[in-house]
Amino acid sequence: MLVQDSAQPEEIMRPGHAACPGCGVAIGMRMVLRALGKRAVVVVVPSCVAVISGPYPHAAFEIPMFHSAFEIAAPTAAAIACALKVQGKDDIPVLTFAGDGGTFDIGLQSLSGAADRNEDFIYVCMDNEAYMNTGIQVSSATPQYAWTGTSPRGNVRGKKQIMEIMAAHRIPYAATACIGFPEDLQMKVKKARTIRGTRFLHLLSPCPTGWKMEEHMAPKVAVAAVETNIFPLYEVVDGLHYTINYVSKSLPVETYLNMQGRFSHLNREEIQAIQLEADRAWAVLKGKTNNKV
Amino acid sequence: MRKFITGNHAVAEAVRLCRTQLVAAYPITPQTPIYEKLSDWEAAGELGGHMMRTESEHSAMAACLSASLAGIRTFTATSSQGLALMHEMLHFASGCRTAVVMCCVNRTMAAPWAFWSDQTDSLSQRDTGWIQIYCENNQEALDSVIQAFRVAEQVLLPCMVVIEANFISHFMEPVEVPSQRRVDSFLPQINIPKRFELENPGFAVPVVSQAQYQRYRKLSQEAMAYALEVIEEVDQEFGDTFGRHYGFVEEVGTEGAELVLVTTATITSTARVVIERLRQEGHKIGLVKIRVFRPFPVQTLKKTLDSAPKIAVIDRNISLGREGIFCSELKAGLINASARAHVQGYLAGIGGTNVSPSLIERIVKDALSREDIVDEPIWIAEENSC
Repeated sequence: MLVQDSAQPEEIMRPGHAACPGCGVAIGMRMVLRALGKRAVVVVVPSCVAVISGPYPHAAFEIPMFHSAFEIAAPTAAAIACALKVQGKDDIPVLTFAGDGGTFDIGLQSLSGAADRNEDFIYVCMDNEAYMNTGIQVSSATPQYAWTGTSPRGNVRGKKQIMEIMAAHRIPYAATACIGFPEDLQMKVKKARTIRGTRFLHLLSPCPTGWKMEEHMAPKVAVAAVETNIFPLYEVVDGLHYTINYVSKSLPVETYLNMQGRFSHLNREEIQAIQLEADRAWAVLKGKTNNKV
Repeated sequence: MRKFITGNHAVAEAVRLCRTQLVAAYPITPQTPIYEKLSDWEAAGELGGHMMRTESEHSAMAACLSASLAGIRTFTATSSQGLALMHEMLHFASGCRTAVVMCCVNRTMAAPWAFWSDQTDSLSQRDTGWIQIYCENNQEALDSVIQAFRVAEQVLLPCMVVIEANFISHFMEPVEVPSQRRVDSFLPQINIPKRFELENPGFAVPVVSQAQYQRYRKLSQEAMAYALEVIEEVDQEFGDTFGRHYGFVEEVGTEGAELVLVTTATITSTARVVIERLRQEGHKIGLVKIRVFRPFPVQTLKKTLDSAPKIAVIDRNISLGREGIFCSELKAGLINASARAHVQGYLAGIGGTNVSPSLIERIVKDALSREDIVDEPIWIAEENSC
C-alpha cells in the first residue's frame, strides 16, 4: 500500500528546481510534499530549502509557499495556521521546512516557544548537518569530528540531541526519518497529517557537496546512517512513548564514515569513539521504547 | 461612552473595537498593560480574536506579519528593547507589504537601564518602511489605532502608533470610547490580499534580482507617497464620523509668529499652555505639533513653516553624534523652502525627564534672544537633572 503510494504519487515538486545535483534535501522535500498532498500551505526559511524552491520568477513547488525569515519557521507556520482557522479553513495543514541551522541553532528559541504552546503545524527539519547554503560551516547538528569550512580540524563537539529537546516539550508527535527509507518517511508525514498540534520530523538529508561524496550517494549514505545506528528511525508520541520503526543491521560505523570525505581524516581512536557513542545511544533508545527490539 | 482610563487601556479598547483577529505579544514594561487588558477580555470571552503569547517580540512580529499575509487583521504592542529585537521583522513586515498595526510605547533604550519616556526607540526604526504616528494624549492614542488599521489595510504598509511611557501609557484621562457600531461602520471587515490561497498557489517573498529589488523599493516608496493621501482622507472621514481629527501636523497661532515651537507627543500639551500665556502677554509665539513622522509630511511642513522667521524644535530623543531626530528631519524637509529657515534644535525631556512649562519658557527665551543658530543641539533641563 505505502510502496504503491510512493510509486504513484501526486507530484508537487516541478522539474527545474535549484538544488545541487544529487541533493538529499531536494529528494526529501519531494517525498515529504507528495505524502502531504496539494491541499496544504508550506513555509520555507533561508537554508537550502529556500534555494531549492527557486528564485523569482521560478517556483519549484505547485503549492502556496512563503519564504519567511531564517529564525522564525515555527511562529510563521503557527500564525498562518491560526489565520486559516480564523478564515474557516482549519482543514488545511501548514508545514514548514527549515534547515539544521534554522532549527538546532538560530530558530531553536522560536521553535521551542511554538512547541510549548502546541501550535498547529508540521515542522520538518531538513538536516544536512552544517550550514550548506552559505558554503559548509559547522552547526550544532554537525557530528563530532566532521570536517566543515569552520571546523577544518574536525568538529570538537557532538551533535545536539534535537529529538530529546523536542520530546521534552511533550509535543503530540516527533519522529526521525531519512531519504534512504522513503516508505517510512511518507508514513510519518501522513501520520503527522492526522494529528493536531506541533508535529516535528527530523529528516536526515545527506549533502553530497558538504559531505564530500559523489552525486549518487545521498540515498545510499542515508541508508548506511540507519543501518549503523548513527541515525535510528523512531517516533515519540506525547514526548513519552518511543517506538523504533526499523531494526537496523547494526553495521560498524565505518560503513557509514568511509562513504564520506568529511570523515576521511579520522584516526582509529576517533572511529572507535564514534562506534562507542552509537552503541551507547542505541542502547539508551532501546531502553525508552515500548516495542521489543 | 466616556471612560477614565490610561493610554494603554485606550489602545486596548481600540484593538478590541477594531475586531482584531490575531494579537501576538510578549511582555515588556511599559507596554504590558495593553497585553494584560486584551488577555482579560479574551478570558472573559469579550475579545473576539485570538491571542498568541509568543516567547519573544521577534516571534510576535513574525506571527503578525505571517498572519497578515494570510489576510487577517493583526496587532502587537511593544517598547524599547522589544522593538529593537523586532527590528529585522519590521523591515520584513513592510517589505512584503503587510497591514500589521503595532503600538509602540516609547521607552528609553538600554544601556543604562531605565523605564521612562524617550522616543529614540521608535525613531531608530525610521528606515524600516513603517508608517509612524506620534500621539499627544490618550484619546489620540485610541483614535490613531482605529485610523491605523484603515490606513495600513488600504496602503498595504504596516503602521506604528506611538505613545509615551508613563505620560500616556499609565496616566489616566477621560477618553471617549466609541460604540462598536460606529467603529464597524468606519472600519469595515478586512479585505487585503490572501497570499496562501490553494486555488492560486504562488511563492511569496522569493529571492529577486538586483533590478527587481530596486523596483520593489520604488513601489514601497510610492506606497509611502500614497499613504500621505490615505492618512489625510482617513483622518478627515474619522473627523466626520467621530468629531475628532488630527492632521499630519497641528498649528497653533503660527500666522505672523516671530517664533514657532515645533513639538511632538506629550510635550505639545505643556507647550500649548505656555504658548497661550505668552501670547496673552503679547509675544507672537506659534506652535506646530508633528504627528505623522513616516511618511514625513514635507509639503505640509513647508507650507506651515515657510514664513516663520525662527523655529525651535524640541526633541525628546537623540541621534548620538548629531542632534534631535525631528530637528534633523525638519531641517532636511525645509532646505528647499523659498525662505531660508532658521531652525534651532533643543533637547529636552531626554530619558523621560520632566519638561515643565518653565523649561519650555526657557527654550522660548533662548530662541528669541539668540542671534546665531548653532548647529549642535542645545540641552535644556531642569536644574540638577543634567
